[in-house]
Amino acid sequence: MTGQPEPIALPLTAPVAARVFRALAILTLVLAASVAVGLAVGSQRIHPSSLFADSVSRTLFFRLRLPRVLMGLVIGASLAATGAALQALFRNPLADPYTLGVSGGGALGASIAIALGWSARVAGIPLVFIASFAGAMLAVTLVRTIARTGAMMLPGALLLSGVVVNLITAAGVLTIQYLTDPTSALRILRWLIGSLDVVGLEPVGRMLLILGPAWLVLLAFSKQLNLLAIDEDTAATLGVNVRRTETIVYALCALIVGVTVSAGGAIGFVGLVVPHAVRLMFGEDLRIVLPGSLLLGAAFLILADALARTAMPSGELPVGAITGLLGGPVFLWLLRRRQQYSTM
Amino acid sequence: MPQPWLQARHLDYAYATGPLAVRDVSLTAAQGSMTALIGSNGSGKSTVIRMLAGLLKPLAGSILLGELPFEDWQPRLRARQVAYVPQSTATAFPFRVLDLVLSGRAPYTPALRFENARDAEKAMEALEAAGAAHLADRPFTSLSGGERQMVILARALAQEPRLLLLDEPSSSLDLKHRANLIRTLTRLRESRHLSVIMTTHDLQLTSGFDHILALRRGEAAAAGTPDEVLRDKVLSDIYGDPNVRAHRMGNQTLVWVDV
Repeated sequence: MTGQPEPIALPLTAPVAARVFRALAILTLVLAASVAVGLAVGSQRIHPSSLFADSVSRTLFFRLRLPRVLMGLVIGASLAATGAALQALFRNPLADPYTLGVSGGGALGASIAIALGWSARVAGIPLVFIASFAGAMLAVTLVRTIARTGAMMLPGALLLSGVVVNLITAAGVLTIQYLTDPTSALRILRWLIGSLDVVGLEPVGRMLLILGPAWLVLLAFSKQLNLLAIDEDTAATLGVNVRRTETIVYALCALIVGVTVSAGGAIGFVGLVVPHAVRLMFGEDLRIVLPGSLLLGAAFLILADALARTAMPSGELPVGAITGLLGGPVFLWLLRRRQQYSTM
Repeated sequence: MPQPWLQARHLDYAYATGPLAVRDVSLTAAQGSMTALIGSNGSGKSTVIRMLAGLLKPLAGSILLGELPFEDWQPRLRARQVAYVPQSTATAFPFRVLDLVLSGRAPYTPALRFENARDAEKAMEALEAAGAAHLADRPFTSLSGGERQMVILARALAQEPRLLLLDEPSSSLDLKHRANLIRTLTRLRESRHLSVIMTTHDLQLTSGFDHILALRRGEAAAAGTPDEVLRDKVLSDIYGDPNVRAHRMGNQTLVWVDV
């Protein structure tokens, strides 16, 4: 054995369905526990019984705390699931919306929309969503084009182009901040740091309207993604329409990342850490890793946010700082481990 | 001679803007036949086999699979007929060997359903046929090149194909595993009427094949039975080296180059 932790034991030939069911059952429990923690923790203690008696606690709970936990759930699930999908598509365990510059592209798009006017809408959809999606799509297309030469995906070129896209988009955001009026600039800054702070349930509902269907379509592709994660040629000879699957999944990832970034800022490394944790626990099958990342990603960001809210006696840390501090080292560790494997 | 099940006619292929890498190559494979594609490096062997696997689209020419033109097959149904073993598989993730072999059952699994216990059995059988059953629970990334190749062969066998395409399967195998590979293929030919098309540099392995097609600079240079192709003069011509020697010993032909 190569220091590979044993997946939680089931018989060697246990049917895939049993393994999927078991993994998702365990992770659902983890998510339920995280939601409970997220709802219980905060600057104000809210006793369950006071929810009925006291209208202030009720407002605090339903207008602030519950929306915030749900925001963590939606964004965490989204980032982790897109991380898992991008890793499979690029056959690279270091891929993540953040490391590939997809979040950066989304952030640039969203900044432009914020500078133009936060509340503008096109056909009922907030302009910020659309601009962010466009930015994310542009970034993922760029990175993919640079990393691919013929049939080969170059892992080094992939990550480097991700870094460069991140630098370019960061510079773009800075420029916009400099050029725009002070109010918008402040708004961009506050949003860029990454926060799950929302008031009321409407923003979460608006996001779910787009994200829910996108998640389902992504999950429907987990079989194809599993075959693509093994090898592209293999997937093609097993009947997978590789080009079509790639195009649809890239677009879905850009959509999901675009919407989450425009709402919560560029929260890093969730998409890197979470799929990896699911793999360590339940093996490599994307049909477990993808839905599992959705569940564990939600749990992870809720807990990270609970930590962000309580780490300091007064005020709170940005949740992006927490995920960065946790995720950065995991990235370095994966990079090191990969060099030891040297499978590429 | 039964009706050929695969008929490739006048295939041409060129990469991007380059010259033709394959020119006017034709090839047939009957049920239960074994065909070897030989030729020096860059002669177009892999290009031909990748066209037969559907990974490259021929620039000109046609491929007929059974009754139907190649491109009229539904990809999933075609995957139940034709399996492909690439030169090497470098997966970035430590997939468990049995799961990897199980992926060969994908063409039989309905959309949004998982492989069932029967598929797991088939995967185990395929691993046994490839002589790799002892690796079932290992991570693929921890295996040696030769072991990986046997696992990938098992994945292809789990597809229960009629036609198996192998691209240089023996290049990373030791003597014992090479012999084992050929024995496995011969056995499957007997028991399942499996047809095999294989590219190789290992000419000795091809002694037991029915047919050899030799390529030189993308064109067919010689074709025939091993007895007809594995000769000093023919091989010298194919490889462009006058010192190639072939010598028949029993039912095998030894091939070497005088240096």
